[in-house]
Amino acid sequence: MKQSLKNLPAWNANTHLNQVVKAMPPSGIRKFFDLVSEMEGAISLGVGEPDFVTPWHVREACIYSLESGNTHYTSNKGMPELREAICDQVRKDLGLDYDPVEQILITTGVSEAVDLAFRATLNPGDEAIVPEPCYVAYAPDIVLTGGVPKPIPTRLEDEFRLQPEEIAKGLTDETRAVLLSYPNNPTGAIMTRADLEDLADVVVENDLLVISDEVYAKLSYSGSHASFAQLEGMQDRTLILNGLSKSHAMTGWRIGYALGDPALVGAMTKIHQYTMLCAPTMAQVAALEALEKGDQEMLHMRHEYDLRRRLFVSGLNRIGLDCFEPRGAFYAFPSVQAWKLSSEEFAERLLREQKVAVVPGNVFGQSGEGFLRCSYATSREELIEALDRIETFLSGL
Amino acid sequence: MNEILEILSENAKATPSEIAALLGMSEADVAREISELEEAGVIRKYVTLINWEKLDNSFVFAVLELKVALQRKTGYDAVAERIARFSEVDSVRLISGDHDLSVTVRGKSMKDIAYFVAEKIAPLEGVQSTCTHFILKSYKENGVILTDKPKPKRLVVTP
Repeated sequence: MKQSLKNLPAWNANTHLNQVVKAMPPSGIRKFFDLVSEMEGAISLGVGEPDFVTPWHVREACIYSLESGNTHYTSNKGMPELREAICDQVRKDLGLDYDPVEQILITTGVSEAVDLAFRATLNPGDEAIVPEPCYVAYAPDIVLTGGVPKPIPTRLEDEFRLQPEEIAKGLTDETRAVLLSYPNNPTGAIMTRADLEDLADVVVENDLLVISDEVYAKLSYSGSHASFAQLEGMQDRTLILNGLSKSHAMTGWRIGYALGDPALVGAMTKIHQYTMLCAPTMAQVAALEALEKGDQEMLHMRHEYDLRRRLFVSGLNRIGLDCFEPRGAFYAFPSVQAWKLSSEEFAERLLREQKVAVVPGNVFGQSGEGFLRCSYATSREELIEALDRIETFLSGL
Repeated sequence: MNEILEILSENAKATPSEIAALLGMSEADVAREISELEEAGVIRKYVTLINWEKLDNSFVFAVLELKVALQRKTGYDAVAERIARFSEVDSVRLISGDHDLSVTVRGKSMKDIAYFVAEKIAPLEGVQSTCTHFILKSYKENGVILTDKPKPKRLVVTP
């Protein structure tokens, strides 16, 4: 080393970090993850993914494809057969037509699609309305684009459905988009077609883009899922984001997609081609198999979630943890407000005293305070045991 | 399909109160429906699925394929019902294809089963031929994979 370089300050990675990333708080779930990980005999209701393993025929199709040497890039937008299969499925489910060439992009999980949606549509300073409680990634993704997340509350008395007045209250001159995520993580709430219709006026009057994360759409337990894109004249201003993670127990495969206006999807595709190139080929092959031949297994899993939903939600209400009826996803969102403990205190004591892990509602936004997210994507036996333990915990409060 | 039956076919130990919680029904309604199904003979028995291969000195099983002469009036029923009465016989089924009856037999040893077939089944009137296949290893029974590896782990908490 040259003598002259010796007395310079040592390397410090912190001075090389992006300021936005540096300022971003770590996920609130991390603490519980660490606590549960080192605990013996804990029951976790904190998992946001199916407990089912991906159906065998899907795994088998992927293995066969790998054996055949199918390991190359696909087109940026994804395999044409997969895009067509998804468009067919959406026509069947929602009655909407999308062009498999111009109006769909296959992404690496819905997570990527969410990120691309914000990056492709928000300029620095633009605001996006984010109804809370909601999945933890939306706000950070918006911040990373230079946009501003505008959290607005949804409430128990409305069964956590988004109200048009709340959108109106959150509007400014900079508001560009509103996020919808129903069926909802963490509340399990859904919005019916009539509920969505109530939002149409405020959306159109303010020329908002609707970004609709519908990854739990297949897990709707009372009637079929409704999408904002189905409302008259709303298809073009709605960007549908969906994937196979929850419906087909394929979380680790990372396959999602975006459907919408060709200009929006085209803009997202530009970012995708420079950052991801294409979604993993083997996972796309598996996704195609799941869409073409996976209905029976998917319906079987949904049926099982529905059974557990009834078992668990009635159980929570029986032991005195008030819970409204979640009609979608695989979460129950009981209230703990009667106990004068914060969500976090309640969750931490429940974990330490009875070894049941749940996620405190405030992790999903301020309006989640006073609630717990309990995933019922776990075996019936564990759910029954968890209910017993929670009952014991409540009797000691 | 009847949802109560679906649950019981997976777990014969499911109690009426558990089934009621799963289906959003009252316990009394579930109990009543189960006794109706029992009385109607739809539910025949509550059994335990056992992996006998885990035990030493357990049973030997065989599948018999039988060719049977059709009889006037009774068809296959008379001979099938005769075979079904032997306690060594686990199941008797009329099947399509090369053979007529498929019979599963349980015995203490291969020799036991061989003698049983030779002495009790082959000589029956109407039985034209028998072919005995001993079961060497069972991979899946009643929808349950017996050779399953431990379930892959999920992360304990995820958003």
